[in-house]
Amino acid sequence: MSDLLEGMVQAFWLLVTLDSDLVEITLRSLQVTLTALIIASVIALPMAALLSVRRFRMRRATIAVLNALMGLPPVVVGLIVYVFLSRSGPFGVFGLLFTPTAMIIAQVIIIVPLIASIAHQSLRELWSDYHDLLISMNATQVQRIQALLWDGRRALLTAALAGFGRAIGEVGAIMVVGGNIDHATRVLTTAIALETGKGDFAMALGLGFVLIALAIAVNLAIHWLGHTEREGRW
Amino acid sequence: MREMFPLVAKDALVRRNGRVLVGPIDLQLEGKGTTIVIGPNGAGKTTLLKMLHGIMRMNGGSLDWGCAREEAQRRQAFVFQSPVMMRRSVVDNIAYPLQLAGTARKDARAQAADWAARISLGDALDRPATRLSGGERQKLALARALIRKPDVLFLDEPCASLDGRATREIEDILKQAAAEGTRLIMSTHNMGQAQRLADEVLFVLHGRIHEFSPAAAFFAGPQTSQAQAFLNGDIVE
Ligand SMILES: Nc1ncnc2c1ncn2[C@@H]1O[C@H](COP(=O)(O)OP(=O)(O)OP(=O)(O)O)[C@@H](O)[C@H]1O
Ligand SMILES: [Mg+2]
Repeated sequence: MSDLLEGMVQAFWLLVTLDSDLVEITLRSLQVTLTALIIASVIALPMAALLSVRRFRMRRATIAVLNALMGLPPVVVGLIVYVFLSRSGPFGVFGLLFTPTAMIIAQVIIIVPLIASIAHQSLRELWSDYHDLLISMNATQVQRIQALLWDGRRALLTAALAGFGRAIGEVGAIMVVGGNIDHATRVLTTAIALETGKGDFAMALGLGFVLIALAIAVNLAIHWLGHTEREGRW
Repeated sequence: MREMFPLVAKDALVRRNGRVLVGPIDLQLEGKGTTIVIGPNGAGKTTLLKMLHGIMRMNGGSLDWGCAREEAQRRQAFVFQSPVMMRRSVVDNIAYPLQLAGTARKDARAQAADWAARISLGDALDRPATRLSGGERQKLALARALIRKPDVLFLDEPCASLDGRATREIEDILKQAAAEGTRLIMSTHNMGQAQRLADEVLFVLHGRIHEFSPAAAFFAGPQTSQAQAFLNGDIVE
């Protein structure tokens, strides 16, 4: 018990003195996850809008696959990315394994289905509102998608934040493809796993606090966005 | 620009879930005047208007404009029975059809502001359209439909939840549009309004066109007993 207490005090000090390791790891986490989030959003949001406005034959199947992919265990995603990026794999020549890029790739694969699925749910609703109006006005397919993305932007931001929350807290895939290399691919979650294993509770707890703070901030943002949406402000 | 009319429907039919909602209908609309569509609730007025506008898929028959289908589509607009408010400001809602047609945003918003003033929403430009009252929404929808200066305008009970004054405002706007050559095809449950605006009357019953005659003749004495009963406010069999 005293171990834990002491660890918390030290963790607090690491935080207020902006310990250089802690800051470095936090910044890398943010860099990897934000990059993954931007790439994933660019893929997932238009995809969600397209799935809402277009009736093509494979639409239902696509949505089902998307929802199934959402439940994919991250470690398995990590394994697959590992196989593809490893030296003998198809993309081995690029030497991406154990780099932040590999981690970004894994995170993108993990959160694209999540963001697309959440975004699709709200855009589908918006489209059923807009359907008659936009068709009556002769909006082209692209204009319909633009209208949905613009007028649904709050809901889309919520979807993106959910993706961020999932990515920043993910450890399995990141560990497999990143390798948790000091000063190279070590991020909040993998560092916590390592320091806990080593018995360095101070560092582990300090990193944990940062992660918790990020998670709370994201959830508050989602809550606030949902609130303003219901209020009809945007 | 080619003439859009006559609009000819032959055996036009709309069926949903195995039930015939409208049709089969034979109808020819000429390019002049205002057509008022009346009939009891559930008769098929909305379905008929949407079918003529081309946003309700037909299950049989044909519908032909005087010009090419795409061109006709571009030159008409529709005001829905329950107006759709896009989740943007009042001015952006009204400007939207212009922007779709390629007008620059600034120009579109300026025209939209003019229209907002005409429907006495001039001081609500930047308010979210989703916060407007039912009557204000209907007025917005009308301005949004007229801003592209359509040659044909379908209106589905555009004054349903408006007070007397707003109804007159709308009617004035509609009369002016009609005077400028816009072809109006409009449903209403307000017989006073029907008499004020109609050049010809379409009486719809059970999804069929029961009577189609010049307004003066229709209101002087309909040919069928059902139309007579409807005008008297009796139950229509
Ligand atoms: N998409 C649809 N699928 C199935 N039934 C429909 C659909 N749209 C309308 N209906 C039915 O068709 C009938 C005619 O509806 P419509 O809305 O055209 O009536 P209306 O004359 O406009 O009535 P009101 O005066 O109440 O507006 C109604 O019984 C309605 O339930
Ligand atoms: Mg109706």
